Amino acid sequence: MKTLATALIAVAAAATLATGPACAQATPAKLLPGSEIAFVSKQLGVPVSGVFKRFDAQIAFDARNPAASKVAFMIDTASATIGDPDTDRELPKAEWFASAKFPQASFQSSAVKALGGGRYEVAGTLTIKGARRALSVPVTLAQAGTNGTASGSFTLKRLDFRIGDGEWADTSMVADEVQVTFKLALAGLGAP
Amino acid sequence: MKPLEPRYTATAIALHWLLAVAILGSMAVGAYMSGLALSPLKLKLYNWHKWAGIAILLLSLLRLGWRLAHRPPPLPVRVEATMPGWQRAAHHATHGLMYVLFLVVPLMGWAYSSMAGFPIVWFGVLPLPDFVPVDKELARLIKPVHGWLAYTLLALIALHVAAALKHQFIDRDGLLARMRPGRP
Repeated sequence: MKTLATALIAVAAAATLATGPACAQATPAKLLPGSEIAFVSKQLGVPVSGVFKRFDAQIAFDARNPAASKVAFMIDTASATIGDPDTDRELPKAEWFASAKFPQASFQSSAVKALGGGRYEVAGTLTIKGARRALSVPVTLAQAGTNGTASGSFTLKRLDFRIGDGEWADTSMVADEVQVTFKLALAGLGAP
Repeated sequence: MKPLEPRYTATAIALHWLLAVAILGSMAVGAYMSGLALSPLKLKLYNWHKWAGIAILLLSLLRLGWRLAHRPPPLPVRVEATMPGWQRAAHHATHGLMYVLFLVVPLMGWAYSSMAGFPIVWFGVLPLPDFVPVDKELARLIKPVHGWLAYTLLALIALHVAAALKHQFIDRDGLLARMRPGRP
């Protein structure tokens, strides 16, 4: 009996080892302080930058199997600030983020593709103010051990999401294109 | 018929009246816009005010350069002879201070813009450099200074206009003809 038990354990262990790396779930990474999601919009040609102070992410990343990686973001829309109190008071209002009705903007990845050299293409769905748009974001990951910094930027059209509605919809005042940049400090990434 | 007295140059006259309109217009817009709630109109007026301010700064530099190269005609002897010493001093001090403020008021506005993180893009096309770093706390402190200096300039302009009207309607010495647009 002892021999059989030992043999079974050995088989099970071998099976685990054999299938382990290929089938492993990408490990969940942790967002570290110092991460930043910022945006730049243009008002009459003047670049005005701001940040979201509160956001969270669920990132499961495996450098050996990027396709199994998953990225989800939840951004607290009421935490948007450009550092000007008058403007900041307006941002959560119905014309802008309508934070009472849509407290969170989100991004959910559907596919992660490695482009080589630490660059990835993350495709998914961006949801802001109840409007959903497909989005593909180039991300650069600088990894050191299981820590890393993921950064990138993309441009969205604010009117796709009715951000700045009504009298603010005039793009000669506030440009339609908004550049979003992010820099995420991550811990607990799968070993490179 | 009175002999013609030397007048300001045509360029000096043009700059004087152009800047008079631009400066008073900018002051009116500035006083109005700061009380508005955030709206596209407010944003528009702020930018127009900034564009006008930079234009005033540049035209004032041009005007100062022109003034240094083409000295203004001295006060006619018959006018200067009737002026007490304090009036002559006030005459020079008012002009000197106005020139200082023609430059300092727009520069303070520009500095405020830069510090507040709203750099000026002249006429929506030409991004101007920030000669001071973004510092929102300092911006909050210097914002009223821009306003106070503008009101000081407005007071000097009022004094300048009052003196000009006194010469025209009380002294009746025809001094205004030196700055009147058109042919002498």
